[in-house]
Formats: sequence, structure tokens, C-alpha cells
Amino acid sequence: MHAADASDQPHAARRRWMAVLARASAAELAALLDRHADLPCYTKLRGPESGLVMVRGRTGGGGAPFNLGEMTVTRCTVRTDSGQVGHAYIAGRDARQAELAAVLDAMLQDPHQTFALLANVIAPLAETQRTRRTEITAKAAATKVQFFAMRNMRA
Amino acid sequence: MSADILQPGFADPVAGAQSCFRAVLDAMARPGRIREVGTDLTPPVPLAPATAAVLLTLLDYDTPVWLDPASAAACSWVGFHSGAPIVAAIGACSFAVALSLPELPTLPAGTHEAPEEAATLILQVNALGCGRTYRLTGPGLHAPALLSVDGLPAGFASSWQENHALFPRGIDIVLCAGKSLAALPRSVALQEV
Repeated sequence: MHAADASDQPHAARRRWMAVLARASAAELAALLDRHADLPCYTKLRGPESGLVMVRGRTGGGGAPFNLGEMTVTRCTVRTDSGQVGHAYIAGRDARQAELAAVLDAMLQDPHQTFALLANVIAPLAETQRTRRTEITAKAAATKVQFFAMRNMRA
Repeated sequence: MSADILQPGFADPVAGAQSCFRAVLDAMARPGRIREVGTDLTPPVPLAPATAAVLLTLLDYDTPVWLDPASAAACSWVGFHSGAPIVAAIGACSFAVALSLPELPTLPAGTHEAPEEAATLILQVNALGCGRTYRLTGPGLHAPALLSVDGLPAGFASSWQENHALFPRGIDIVLCAGKSLAALPRSVALQEV
């Protein structure tokens, strides 16, 4: 999100905005785009197309790999008329979301637009996602049973 | 991902690949027949639309592909759209893409137990329907067929006959030029006219 990040680790900055875009719904993306930016002209190079990917895990986090299950993923690649190629891989089957996320990824790579888009689109989305996550975590935390406290109560 | 993937694939991937597959099937079944494919494609230089269409149709993630140095500019496009691994050794490929005829014995010709493991050569030539004329005989041909190809070298007939003699082993060739293709399955015998 800062100039230092962008020059030191271009992929780290891009990875962060792609992650935020992948978690945002098509409606959220469309609303923010309407308000803050014009969609550029673009060509769809691939997709949006849906498919399955195998999600793999490791026992205990670092042990033998195993197949957890298959997951539906939609991907899209676009090229804007200014020459940037944007990619998006999102969970689920929302083709519109994948397409908008790919277009935004391409727009974010255009140095003239990066800062404005990061501030107007990515930051609010990241904030919403953080709030949503905190709420879920808080709700889950409220149902946590404190075994240690119960034992103390009985004693 | 590199930024040089600048061209899209088929406008409609399913219908595009199906109609091209049908064309390749027809061309293989009737050697010498010229079919039209890839009319809606804008492939990267130096690939012709027919070559690009055949690649998009036949390649997938478990068919290693080899590209000759002249067509190396299209490597990232082929890899991106097909997902096929690109190999540096011609002997390890399932499909080979070439703009000029490579030495046929360097391509994997399969084994007697598994002749289907032989490679398919997708050879881009200057034109089909003009140039050197070959007489084809063999399965699928009631009467000998004539095929004219501009872009095959002078000794092609004899190197093809060596390949044909390996049957049921041997490689198959799909000849592509512009938006047309023709096929030479290993079962066909060929003589220059």
C-alpha cells in the first residue's frame, strides 16, 4: 500500500490486493467501481470459467499431505487496452466477480491508477472484510467453553 | 505470469475446440482432405490460425509439447491457454510444433505395446493445395488421393516412407497453413508425383 512496498516487493503488494479482490462480492466491486473509477476497455483472454481444484492439507500442519476435498473455483484473465494483464481466481461460481476482480487487478498495475484505487477500492473492501471477520470471530469466541473455569467452579 | 500473453484463445472454448476436433478427426480419417479451422482466432506470431486452433484443441496438462526455435515466441501463449507443460527435449513430447520439418526419427514413435504413445507433429507449412504434389494411398482412401503442399522439403517422401514402415509405430502429422489443415496419419503411404 506504500511506495516502498511497491518498489521492494511488487508481488507482495499485488498479492494483497488480489486476496482482497478475491474475497469481495461482485456487488461490492461493482458499487465501488461505479463510485470511484471508470471501467477501461478490455479483452477477455481466458474465461471467466469455473472448475474444480483439489485442496490439500498437511496432517498437523506440517506432516504428510492429504487431499482435503475439491473446491469450485472461477478464474478469469483480461487485458486492458492500455496493455495490463489482470488475473483473478475466486472461490465459487460467480463469473461477474471473477471478471471484475481481474479487471481491477489489471487497473491496479497501471501506475497512474494504483494509488487512487488502493485508497478508494481496496482499502474500504479490506476494512469491510476485517470487520466481518472480527464479528465472526467474536461470535465464535462467545460460545467457547472454558473447561478450566468450570473445573474451578466445581471445586 | 508474464505480460506477453496478449491474445485470447477461442471466443467460445467448447464449441471452438469441438468443431476443430471434428475437423482434425475428418482430416485423419480421409488423408489428403483439406479442412478449414480457426476462423475466429487471432494467434500470436508466428502461428497460423489453423496451427493455433489445433494446439488449443489437442493440448492439455498431461500432453508435453515441444516447440521448435522458430515458434518459441508463442511458448507462453500455448502454455497459458492449454496448460500443457513445455519440454525442451523433442524426444519427451506428445505433440511437437514446428515451422520446418524436424528429423522425424527424433520424435517418439511409440512402442509395439503402446503405439498410441507416439508423438503428433503439428507442422505449419506455407500453403496447402499448391506446391509439391503427393499421391496418398492407404486406409480411409478408396482411391489414391492427391495432396499438394508448399513448404515440405525435397526429401520428405522418403523420410515419410521410413516412418510409415514402422507401422503400427510411427508419428502422425497435421499440416497447417493459414486457416486450413490436412493430416498424414502413419498408416498412409506417400509418393511424390
